Amino acid sequence: MADNKFLVSFSPHTRDPLTTDKVMMLVVLALLPSILVSVYVYGFYAVKTYALAVIFCLGLEALFLKMRRLPVTVRDNSALVTAILLAMNMPPSPPWWLVLAGSFVAIVISKQVFGGLGQNPFNPALVGRVFLLIAWPAEMTSWIEASTFKSGFMFDAVSTATPLGQVKSEIISSGHIVSTGIADVADLFLGTVSGCLGGDSALAVLIGGLFLIWKRIIKWHIPFTYLATVFLLTGLYWLISPEKTLNPVQHLLAGGLMLGAFFMATDYVTCPMTVKGQVLFGFGCGLLTVVIRLFGGYPEGVAFSILIMNAVTPLIDNYMRPASFGEVKS
Amino acid sequence: MPFFGFRGGVHPDYNKGATSGKPIEVMPVKEGALYGVPLAQHIGAPAKALAAKNQEVKAGELIGQSAGFISANIHAPVSGRVVALQDLPHPVTGKTAGIVIEAAGDQSGIVPVNVSAKFQETVLNAGIVGLGGATFPTNVKLSPPKKVDTLLLNGAECEPYLTCDHRLMLEKTEEIIKGADIIRKALNIENLIIGIEENKPDALAAFGKFVSAYKFELIPLEVKYPQGGEKQLIKACLNRTVPEGMLPLEVGVIVHNVGTCLAVFEAAENKKPLIERVVTVTGAVKEPKNLLVRIGTPVKDIIEYCGGFLGDPRKVVMGGPMMGFALSSLDVPMMKGTSGILVFRSEDLPDLRQCSCIRCGRCVDVCPMGLIPSVMDRFVVKEMYEALADWHVMNCIECGCCSYDCPSRRNLAGGFKTSKREVMKILKAREAQKNG
Ligand code: SF4
Ligand code: SF4
Repeated sequence: MADNKFLVSFSPHTRDPLTTDKVMMLVVLALLPSILVSVYVYGFYAVKTYALAVIFCLGLEALFLKMRRLPVTVRDNSALVTAILLAMNMPPSPPWWLVLAGSFVAIVISKQVFGGLGQNPFNPALVGRVFLLIAWPAEMTSWIEASTFKSGFMFDAVSTATPLGQVKSEIISSGHIVSTGIADVADLFLGTVSGCLGGDSALAVLIGGLFLIWKRIIKWHIPFTYLATVFLLTGLYWLISPEKTLNPVQHLLAGGLMLGAFFMATDYVTCPMTVKGQVLFGFGCGLLTVVIRLFGGYPEGVAFSILIMNAVTPLIDNYMRPASFGEVKS
Repeated sequence: MPFFGFRGGVHPDYNKGATSGKPIEVMPVKEGALYGVPLAQHIGAPAKALAAKNQEVKAGELIGQSAGFISANIHAPVSGRVVALQDLPHPVTGKTAGIVIEAAGDQSGIVPVNVSAKFQETVLNAGIVGLGGATFPTNVKLSPPKKVDTLLLNGAECEPYLTCDHRLMLEKTEEIIKGADIIRKALNIENLIIGIEENKPDALAAFGKFVSAYKFELIPLEVKYPQGGEKQLIKACLNRTVPEGMLPLEVGVIVHNVGTCLAVFEAAENKKPLIERVVTVTGAVKEPKNLLVRIGTPVKDIIEYCGGFLGDPRKVVMGGPMMGFALSSLDVPMMKGTSGILVFRSEDLPDLRQCSCIRCGRCVDVCPMGLIPSVMDRFVVKEMYEALADWHVMNCIECGCCSYDCPSRRNLAGGFKTSKREVMKILKAREAQKNG
């Protein structure tokens, strides 16, 4: 028998069956409840937005890898995750060119330009969202009422405002909240208020997030510290001046906080790797989100906060290296 | 019973079922078969050849003299005629100097070990090295320059597939304890602890019967890899942390594998040199076995004795799947440190397609030494050895947990293993600068 037929490689010779493409697929699976809710609530608009984002993101990824003469690795499913998250971070019925622009910024500018999978300092979907928010603020905040499905499924969208947006403009114009009955906690929890495509139902996000924690794809540290920080700080503010903001439970459930905490802040590539680092990261995200929501010009602060913390991640990773086994501090 | 545990570690499929119930079988010496005995079967300097070509040797006769402090004696594993002094294939170094013996028909009798008044010398004479795989000369370990208060027997056998220690623990229970007792008395050690993973309840029960007669502590260990790593074992059993870069001795402990203890017993009581050992042959072979095999037997003879391959072999590993070496040739001989021979077909092998690190942190979570393999890997790729040194790569025990768990299939442990030599140079230079 010829000896050269034996494969010689480094130990270990056995591996955990989980591979990167499967990890990404599990994330997609975890997003499924949110996808279903958004399709239920926004009907055809949701389907169209997801489809466009997936086509644009995967296509651009493949195209640019080809142009860089690298193997086309769309099979690692990372662009798919970005596509879904990007769609979820857009209004429910964006024009097609808005999706294209977002996909371009997410995949090309913020991922491939930095070297592709694993090399990007910022979460691509969030960079896409923030870019669109700045470049096309009107298109990015043209909300439709979250009941299209019930009232005819397709083309009779009624424009409306998000709870956080409404509160913000009321406070800006009159110094305190005017309207009553904004954002019932149950509605926020189930997702029957208007907002971005994918963050509507806190329940759906929670199901997916807990699934990921259970599958040990993500750890609980970032979402927990993030949400706890927001809850405590907004709670404090609400106790002092209840007429100026929503209550802490509404804060937890409104806007993209849940989605951000479970699916965007936990993005492997852009969050710290050690537990200590992750706790700090979660706290930082929470603090920034509260500051922006309460004192900033934007009603929502999740995307900005996570991106800012992304920038700090390398520092955290560098300076928060835990002691190795038996390390003697010198 | 105390148990303290350690951080990190993984839970690979243990796959021990094929052989754990099979008693140790003796592989007979075949007349005319060639036994290639490497002169370096231990870490440290290779032994000096004592035999000449065409010389007749008896099993147990000294044919390689320990050369230097960290070196071990080598004995003829079989009776026969030396047919060549030549290089033999070696799984790690490619090739190694060795002595080839053609077995004679008559294999009765083994030349006894010179028993010396000093017990360490007897161990040296018998050519005993750590049989857990590290192959550190045992006599050196048994001459501690410091006071030792605990002798810890490693019966974890946490590598998947391997069952040779398990079988020894069942079949040679009292001999192992007696071996440990000999060591304990010779070095005047108060505590004897035997640690066995909980997935071997029969072995725990077998040792349990002797607890009061020999006065030792039996600790059932959590089933996880690398529970049998020296530092992990000490942490788990005694809650002592061996400082980085130091030996267990530093915290008053010496650790011996159960097989090594048995070898010590056989040398001291039965005057038997180390010329054979138990090896688990499993995976894609027709009859998986636990075999008592003479050192120097080529892997291909062992596989043949186990009925040959099952299907189409793709990879043959010497040792366990986590730390063993893939063989490029079946002519590689059985060595003192060989605990297993594993055969994998293509369909048994994991998907090894590499992609970029996604910074998932799984390697960080499982590293039992508290290292950050993903960051270290970047330094390996860029050959930044200074940075590697600063991130404590020398503390890596090469357990392979990080590679095992990496979804991107990065070659983490392999990279650290190969970088260590360069890093060592840098650390030596730094040391010299500090002192000079
Ligand atoms: S396990 Fe692999 S992919 Fe994950 S951080 Fe470590 S090296 Fe990177
Ligand atoms: S091989 Fe080294 S770096 Fe990897 S897990 Fe083991 S000790 Fe840690």
